[in-house]
Amino acid sequence: MGFLPFAVAVWLFVIGLWGVVSSRNLVRTVLCLTVVQSSTYLVLLGVGYRTGAMAPIVADIPSTSKLVDPIVQVLVLTDVVIEATITALLLALVVQAHKRFGSIDPEDLRPLRD
Amino acid sequence: MSHLSALPVLVPFLAGPLLVAVGFFAPRWFDDSLATLAALAVTTLCVLLAVHAAPHPYAYWMGGWRPQHGVAIGISLSIDVTGAGLAAFAGVLVTAALVYSLRYFDAIEGLFHGLMLLFMAGMVGFALTGDLFNLVVFFEVMSAAAFALTAYRIEERAPIQGALNFAITNSIAGYAMFIAVGLLYARTGALNMAQIGAALSSHHADPLVIVAMTLLFLGFLTKAAAVPLHFWLADAHAVAPVPVCVLFSGVMVELGVYAVARLYWVVFAGPLAPHAAAVRAIFVGLGVVTALLGAAMCFLQRHIKRLLAFSTISHVGMLLCGVALLSGQGLSGVAVYVVGHGLTKAALFMCAGVLLHRFATIDEYELHGRGREVPVVGGLMAVGALLLAGIPPFTTFMGKSLLEAASSALPGYGWLIAVYIVVSAMTGGAVLRVAGRVFLGWGPAEGPHPEQARAAQERVDEERGPRGHTPVLMVLVPALLLVGVLVLGLIPGAVPGTERYVHQFVAHGNYPAWVLHGARVALPHVAPSHISAEDYAYGAISAVGAVLAAGLGLFGRPLRESLPARLRRSGQNAVGVVRGLHNGHIGDYIAWWSAGVSLIGGICLIALH
Amino acid sequence: MTRRVRLGLFLVAGAGLAVVLLLGFGGLPSFGHAHELDGAVVNLDEPTLRHATDVVTALNFDLRAFDTLGEEFILFASVTGVALLLRTLRQEEEEDQEITPGIEDHRFAGASDGVKLTSLLLIPLLIAFGAYLVFHGQLTPGGGFQGGVVLAAGPIAVLLAGRYLSMKRIAPKRLLEVSDALGAAAYGLIGLGGLIFTGVYLEDPLPLGVSGQLLSAGMMPLNSIAVGLEVTGAFLLTWTQFFDQTLVGPPSGS
Repeated sequence: MGFLPFAVAVWLFVIGLWGVVSSRNLVRTVLCLTVVQSSTYLVLLGVGYRTGAMAPIVADIPSTSKLVDPIVQVLVLTDVVIEATITALLLALVVQAHKRFGSIDPEDLRPLRD
Repeated sequence: MSHLSALPVLVPFLAGPLLVAVGFFAPRWFDDSLATLAALAVTTLCVLLAVHAAPHPYAYWMGGWRPQHGVAIGISLSIDVTGAGLAAFAGVLVTAALVYSLRYFDAIEGLFHGLMLLFMAGMVGFALTGDLFNLVVFFEVMSAAAFALTAYRIEERAPIQGALNFAITNSIAGYAMFIAVGLLYARTGALNMAQIGAALSSHHADPLVIVAMTLLFLGFLTKAAAVPLHFWLADAHAVAPVPVCVLFSGVMVELGVYAVARLYWVVFAGPLAPHAAAVRAIFVGLGVVTALLGAAMCFLQRHIKRLLAFSTISHVGMLLCGVALLSGQGLSGVAVYVVGHGLTKAALFMCAGVLLHRFATIDEYELHGRGREVPVVGGLMAVGALLLAGIPPFTTFMGKSLLEAASSALPGYGWLIAVYIVVSAMTGGAVLRVAGRVFLGWGPAEGPHPEQARAAQERVDEERGPRGHTPVLMVLVPALLLVGVLVLGLIPGAVPGTERYVHQFVAHGNYPAWVLHGARVALPHVAPSHISAEDYAYGAISAVGAVLAAGLGLFGRPLRESLPARLRRSGQNAVGVVRGLHNGHIGDYIAWWSAGVSLIGGICLIALH
Repeated sequence: MTRRVRLGLFLVAGAGLAVVLLLGFGGLPSFGHAHELDGAVVNLDEPTLRHATDVVTALNFDLRAFDTLGEEFILFASVTGVALLLRTLRQEEEEDQEITPGIEDHRFAGASDGVKLTSLLLIPLLIAFGAYLVFHGQLTPGGGFQGGVVLAAGPIAVLLAGRYLSMKRIAPKRLLEVSDALGAAAYGLIGLGGLIFTGVYLEDPLPLGVSGQLLSAGMMPLNSIAVGLEVTGAFLLTWTQFFDQTLVGPPSGS
């Protein structure tokens, strides 16, 4: 059990990449990227979790309570913001790809080149 | 003086939003002058920081969170001459790119200027920070601005596709780094690089540390475009607007190499000390493959910006070799070469921009002989080509000589000199070939793959096609950059000085001392490397090789046709296969990325454990 | 590469990657047993909390405020990028002129009265809850970012009520751009207050107040408001840019 969350993180990372590699639709590609990123949340939150510890809100709890590590939660907050914003940027690119190429299949997105 | 440490990041962070907020009514001159002034201010501040850090590097603790009893919990800017110097170099190139774009194209409502400043803030923060997570954050700041700038010309197809490949590949690289941060935090409870390094140094490297190292290095090497993580680069650099290409090739890619060097010497040099030889072999191998593949692909292009992009990949391979030698001398060579190469490549992209501006195409054969209208640019391009080839005794040559000296100083690595010479001759030769064909009309006017000529058409503005004139400024800026390459390496004391600061950079034990304990670490005394007659000979061989390669590209058709048919066919097949790999399909690129990471990760796990 | 070769390559590469990652993760402490490490523990002493009761916000806006600064500008750069990428080209502008009259007939215009009423009722609730989250950042879970997203959802309810153009009138693009830029710059400027009054960037010059009160924890409430302003502007700007693609103008791909 102690390794399960990290094994799931590995699964998410690899299966998300599989989605990106096998995708025939760029919207799906972008969503698969968020799957890859979910694995980073799991790793970061997983390494800060302590069994039986409280959430790091110190109002109304005894000052001696054990808390989960708040630092990793701060890192995940930043990670989440990055995901939301980069996803928006990627989707804007997909919209433009659809306008220019008339398709969002990566197979069709090939300007003439070597 | 140290009070100003945060300002190089803050100034563009304040000027950028201002430009975006008032962009819709502010006149163009306002955008130009505010952005250029901000870039100049950042450059000046970075130079001041470098000067301030020259006697003793220092850490600036954000919010006053100084380390207590040697334990750092806050975020520091850890400022030494190498980092601040690189930040200043980024500032110089941003300033040059902004001045160049004054007359280059119609910028849209302050968005272009705003994003350029945010991009600069990302690069400067990346070069100065002392915190691992913060490094990744600034990597992402850089990325977010760079993705959008790549797709600036949304009315065309190639920029959209290039930006998508760039964004997807680099985002995945970012995720790998987040995982590595999590691993190292779980092991050490620290995020400050000095603190992580100190915590790891007493232990032997186990799989966790090795995997964290692989993910971080390969993440940053994705930005630096090491083979096989490099596919996105040519797609993106070939299609971004020229002022943006200047920054991509001139400094962003090199920042990836910088991060690898910083992380190795600060964090991983301790636990991996017993395995230094294996680390060296693995990453020199990666560098050599990158250098040679990049050089070959460079020579095969007819799209001039794409040619320059592959030349960047090739030179990154050389830089990676220099870092991977794991010696102060090798890294000194890298530092000098980064400056020489960055300025040269920036100038070459600007010359390509003149062609685009005037003729609305960037195809070598389409432009056959048409460059005679602008002979000055032809001269600049030829000079740039020779500098790229490392002609003595200028800055690129100095850097290359240091790399050569460092290679021959290590038993078993002397053969790297041949790689450097081949790379310099082929990339310099390719550019020289372009200059000969475009500006002198040498060689045939029709080339292989004529269907590619259409891909090289590019208009500077949405509405305007080719123009009959070239603004003086667009010639002046690259000329000044090239003068910089000619002069900088020859300034007495510049190269030996760099060597001393780089030796300070590679002293693994020093870094925690000045970051965590505020120790005043003195500059080490290093005997300056002498440039020997051999180095001049190597330099001359590279330059002559470049001329020969250019000649072969221009007039070599009869020679190629005299080869036996079987040899010719198998040669063409090999070329076809390598070209076919760079096919623009994001699925392929990510499959190669995964293959590269698993292969190198596997090798590291076996060889370093 | 053909699709078959690509997938085959990834099957091998992905398996290798999984093995590499699993070996690396093998060195992690068992889940739920994070080490009691220096870095993790010292954060919880009294001065570190700066009289805030939400430790995550306290770290976000103080100890790791420089990360948050970078994060705000990732957001800002992306939104600026979206505005750049989804801008209307001059040729498209002309086409738009012909199509726009049909704008009132967009997909949500035919919403049932029930949906419209619910949406309108939601608006004050969303704004009140969003403002609550922004102002209580240092006290309870939430803060500028979360509150900003909720606030941005307020005008979206106007869209759901079938009035896209009204939504754009309530939150015009220029105003959103200014709010986004102002919030981002304000976060940087608040840190500058530290540089001016204490001599260190991002250091908190304000009194920390009484823990648990609305105005406590020094500059954190100000930070929270700056972030809230930026995020509200940023999300609305992004959403309207995307809505403009489908609700206004010719069908894409034509």
